[in-house]
Amino acid sequence: MEVLLDVRGLRTHFHTSAGVIRAVDGVSWDVRKGETVALVGESGCGKSVTALSVMRLVSAPAGRIVAGEIVFKGRNLLALAEEEMRRVRGREIGMIFQEPMTSLNPVLTIGRQLTETVETHLGMTGAQSQARAVELLSLVGIPDGARRLRQFPHQFSGGMRQRIMIAMALACDPALILADEPTTALDVTIQAQILELMKSLSRRLGAAIMMITHNLGVVARYADRVNVMYAGKIVERATAREIYANPRHPYTLGLLRSVPRLDEPRRAKLQPISGQPPDLSRLPVGCSFAPRCAFAIDRCREDEPGLEPVATDHLSACWLASELHAPAPAPA
Amino acid sequence: MSTPEPILRVENLVKHFEVGGGLFGGRPAVVKAVDGVSFEIGRGETLGLVGESGCGKTTTGRCILRLEPPTGGRVIFEGRDLSTLSDGEMRGMRRRMQVIFQDPYSSLNPRMTVGQIIAEPLAVHRIVPDRAARAARVQDLLRHAGLLPAMARRYPHELSGGQRQRVGIARALAMEPSLIICDEPVSALDVSIQAQIINLLEELQAEFGLTYLFVAHDLSVVRHISDRVAVMYLGKIVEITDRKSLYEDPLHPYTKALLSAVPIPDPVVEARREHVVLGGEVPSPLNPPLGCVFHPRCPIAVAECRTTVPELRQIRPGHRAACIRV
Repeated sequence: MEVLLDVRGLRTHFHTSAGVIRAVDGVSWDVRKGETVALVGESGCGKSVTALSVMRLVSAPAGRIVAGEIVFKGRNLLALAEEEMRRVRGREIGMIFQEPMTSLNPVLTIGRQLTETVETHLGMTGAQSQARAVELLSLVGIPDGARRLRQFPHQFSGGMRQRIMIAMALACDPALILADEPTTALDVTIQAQILELMKSLSRRLGAAIMMITHNLGVVARYADRVNVMYAGKIVERATAREIYANPRHPYTLGLLRSVPRLDEPRRAKLQPISGQPPDLSRLPVGCSFAPRCAFAIDRCREDEPGLEPVATDHLSACWLASELHAPAPAPA
Repeated sequence: MSTPEPILRVENLVKHFEVGGGLFGGRPAVVKAVDGVSFEIGRGETLGLVGESGCGKTTTGRCILRLEPPTGGRVIFEGRDLSTLSDGEMRGMRRRMQVIFQDPYSSLNPRMTVGQIIAEPLAVHRIVPDRAARAARVQDLLRHAGLLPAMARRYPHELSGGQRQRVGIARALAMEPSLIICDEPVSALDVSIQAQIINLLEELQAEFGLTYLFVAHDLSVVRHISDRVAVMYLGKIVEITDRKSLYEDPLHPYTKALLSAVPIPDPVVEARREHVVLGGEVPSPLNPPLGCVFHPRCPIAVAECRTTVPELRQIRPGHRAACIRV
């Protein structure tokens, strides 16, 4: 399938008083047309900075993209003038963030915010943009659009605000939607509604989704392919089915084992990953995960493993990847 | 499964908040945050209290601790009705019931070292009046919470989220409580750290015979840690039973929808599962629906549900649900 977005060797660093933080440190991944790709990891692993880098929204001067290419529809976004980049944001790549309240302007009506997008990017005017805004609201399941457009963000619930964010992301028919923890702030029944909505709309409109999340359940339900990130690097990549059935990186394995599952018999004890996430300004020599890894050998503390193929469409950055077996079935 | 001697009995607990009104006149509206909640917890047991935001689960916990004065109902803890206690007696009682909060950062004083944070209640409540003995006790508590003794000299901002939650746990343990109300204790933590904290809570429960009221929204975590589970919706308990019955044989349509909404971390299982996606949203507690509060979103509601408030009744031994359709 055609590659839509191709991120190559991306490095985004932050210069702070505590030293250089290598938030994203040489990651490569792609999104093909119409598919849903997940970027999974825990807080501080660099997944959100990766998304911000794609949009060129990393906060300067502390944060800077120091290396790499972000090729979207054949153009390197990092080489575009700011003016051109503004036409990509919102027009060709839509964005959905975790907390819709902070991404919507509290003093503008929903209508103004929706019409602004289509007027800026699509050159619509007055009645035309108004009609498009009503249409967008109905698309995301908000009835009575004409009245709702006159309301302000605080007059909507969290779930409704996230629907509005989705409407804004879809306003210009983008080829790609970047969704950064789109349902983390929502209750589980509302989360299900929003994810179903995103899935069905992206299918209908043919948009690809780059979903950034820490929730392994959400990934399992919605993603076609999965990238697992740890300490600024991608440590494993495969199709969703493959990575869950046959994880080949100890971190992925650890994540999957540490969450209790409703469909499995209750275990007497959970199996956490030991230790704490690393300090990105003081990463250890060798593999960043080695200090927490149950399988680590001497080599892991000396040489850093690269992301290498271990099976068809399956890559892992672990010296022991070929020796890691599928997780043992849970005890009955 | 009600135990012969419950450590905590909550009877018809009610908490109403008045909102609006005031300066520009107008009658204040009443939010029925907790609207007639009753349950018991046996000694050494863990009761999970689950529900979505705004269902009243946190307020229920706060009313039990008397951090909020209840509007009505009774809380009987270790045989004593807390509403009849004087302030002094209540202070003594509070030692026996402790709380662990969701965000350990905002509940730890940033200007105190970890050692001071844990030592403070030991001094204030004269649990360990002697200074040297207190330092030793702090070391002991840190060890129980899985922290190194050297942590006593650190400040909260120097710790990771998981370590801070361990400090919160050590501080709660310092009071030698019999009941700990855990209010979303792992929801702010990364998954790899959540499991560490859950295991720690279970180990401490076994070692000290603790009783937990575990307030959370994550149904997978609640299943792991709880002996019994109560499900709340808009200020009311809609179902309460033992863990096995709730997860294997839920009765209330809201419980069923909640369980169905939890994604399973396995694409093969997910592809096979049938999903009940609930329509609509949780109604405003300012203006709750008449009849059964769940009826506007309920897939099996009938006309009667719009007018009849279902009572939480026993459907099977030890299994109660508030639904006229079950």
